[in-house]
Amino acid sequence: MVLEIRDLAVTFRTDRGPLRAVDGVSFAVEAGRTLAIVGESGCGKSVTALAAMGLLPGNARLSGSIRLRGREMATLAQAEWRRRRGREIAMVFQEPMTSLNPAFTAGEQIAEVLRLHERLGERAAFDRAIALLDRVRIPDAARRARQYPHQLSGGMRQRVMIAMALACRPRLLIADEPTTALDVTVQAQILALLDELKRETGAAVVLITHDLGIVADHADDVVVMYAGRVAERAPAARLFARPEHPYTVGLLGAAPRIEGGPSRLASIEGTVPDLLRPPEGCRFAPRCPFRGADCIRQPPLAEVEPGHATACWRAPLDRVLAA
Amino acid sequence: MSEPLLELRNLRKYFPLRDALGRRRGAVRAVDGVSLSVARGTVLAIVGESGCGKSTLGRLALRLIEPDVGSVLFEGEDLRALSPAALRARRRDMQLIFQDPFASLDPRMTVGAAIAEPLRLHRIIPRSGEAARVAELLERVGLRPEAARRWPHEFSGGQRQRIAIARALASNPRLVIGDEPVSALDVSVQAQVVNLLADLIRDLGLTFVLISHDLGVVRHIADRVAVMYLGSLVEEAPAEALFAAPRHPYTRALLAAVPGRGLRAPPLEGDVPSPIAPPPGCRFHTRCPHAEAICREQVPALTGEAHRAACHLQDRLPPAPPLREAEPGGERLRRLQSFFQPAGSDA
Repeated sequence: MVLEIRDLAVTFRTDRGPLRAVDGVSFAVEAGRTLAIVGESGCGKSVTALAAMGLLPGNARLSGSIRLRGREMATLAQAEWRRRRGREIAMVFQEPMTSLNPAFTAGEQIAEVLRLHERLGERAAFDRAIALLDRVRIPDAARRARQYPHQLSGGMRQRVMIAMALACRPRLLIADEPTTALDVTVQAQILALLDELKRETGAAVVLITHDLGIVADHADDVVVMYAGRVAERAPAARLFARPEHPYTVGLLGAAPRIEGGPSRLASIEGTVPDLLRPPEGCRFAPRCPFRGADCIRQPPLAEVEPGHATACWRAPLDRVLAA
Repeated sequence: MSEPLLELRNLRKYFPLRDALGRRRGAVRAVDGVSLSVARGTVLAIVGESGCGKSTLGRLALRLIEPDVGSVLFEGEDLRALSPAALRARRRDMQLIFQDPFASLDPRMTVGAAIAEPLRLHRIIPRSGEAARVAELLERVGLRPEAARRWPHEFSGGQRQRIAIARALASNPRLVIGDEPVSALDVSVQAQVVNLLADLIRDLGLTFVLISHDLGVVRHIADRVAVMYLGSLVEEAPAEALFAAPRHPYTRALLAAVPGRGLRAPPLEGDVPSPIAPPPGCRFHTRCPHAEAICREQVPALTGEAHRAACHLQDRLPPAPPLREAEPGGERLRRLQSFFQPAGSDA
């Protein structure tokens, strides 16, 4: 396993009291596989990603275990995290403009990573940077390497971020909504590029997204999060063929699809709970059409078939249909 | 077909660019010769990627900005010919809903005051009837009447968008333009608002122009769809026909790029060219997998009647791949989803 997360919990100190953004999250990713974490705003998917990169802000408290290639990271000092970030773990964020330094050219920024982690000389590093830009299919890479971020399109900036992330051949790539800011045709290009690079380098990929369509096309495994907890975890094909958590069912029906014509969308009533005052027991229960008296207790994440687990007292959901 | 409610004739809008000394240096060709009409009681979607001109077109249609060339007819009347007073009176018939409900509601105004504002502005009902009308509008969008006394910041994004919709409906408009009205919302809340819009359009007989980049949302509420690329219309057709048998290679590429349909076609290459210096000939030729010599030289005309497309090669292209795929969850998933009854409210 490249990354193994066990019972991860992250609590933020806030003015209004402690906020548990992530609560008991466990999953693992193998080399050459993509695990998607999917959910809506505030479900804890990005906080989970930040924890896995050692990038939680100062007001966060973390518990549980984060193992990178067998080595415990949760207790590491910041200096050790810094050494591993960029080399063993790399990341791509939603908005490349805020992650790139506007004062340096694309080539310089990639070369910097290579000089830092691979101890390459200035010239060799810049040449490698151009090769990497070419690798992520930036046309005319030698010229683009000498341009500043604002001279590049959104899609190209994201390619630069990917080139930078791949510079040191990381074992783990974490991509947090990498295409959310991009147009749909450019999104398709970037996701295809990430797939290709994963196949080539054998890196493990954690893909954070709100888009189930992207999960269907690009993920091997999926974790569905709701209000800080894992609602369902499954191989992607099984999740779509046989969702076993009511939230997953609702989410699949709420996402508008271009097939099938102007039907009504499934509607999940209400809104996500306030994590400062989360409901007791199952957090989805207040919005769940299948809720019952037992949902006042928190359901454990339990397997319904090999590799497919759900946190729902009603699972397997066929019992609901039979009733 | 009866007379269209809204008709856009050959609209053109360039935004001039100036250098540091204020000299003109070219222009962004935001909208470049677009003609469209919207029949009463129907939903027209305008789709395309960023910079295609869809938002500018929406603003031109409401005469929030002036076109360089072309005209906008509302119920057959040229909006450009109206006096300022007559235009103000017309405004009650045309409303706009924005993407960001956080920016479009005044934080210093209660929800009730925000909804009542257009009622007063257009002197629609006497003050004594205001509260009742506000309550009715709130219920109409699935909120409780008590919401009138509260402030925008007390509401979630989905609720604020409902409030913005109630405000837009206050003056009983005949035309509503929604510029990415559900794009800022999370999927589960987005579904509630899409269902609400569909209900309002049907129940109130609204004519609606939906400006959106999200083809899934468009599929769910549009009767007709217009696809824009670099300021021009490339295709316009009944929604059914456009999704089942898209004619323009750009429309096909857009549909193929929608995630969740399997990775069948290689993605379109390159970026959208600059609207300051669009390519000659067909503007899509630099990215089109089918482009030939003629595409680089001649601007294709929009041809066809009910289904129009601007492509030199449209009669020679291979048929578009079929859309329908069996949903992996099948009958079981459909039955489970039937328990998620569309509810009126997220209040």
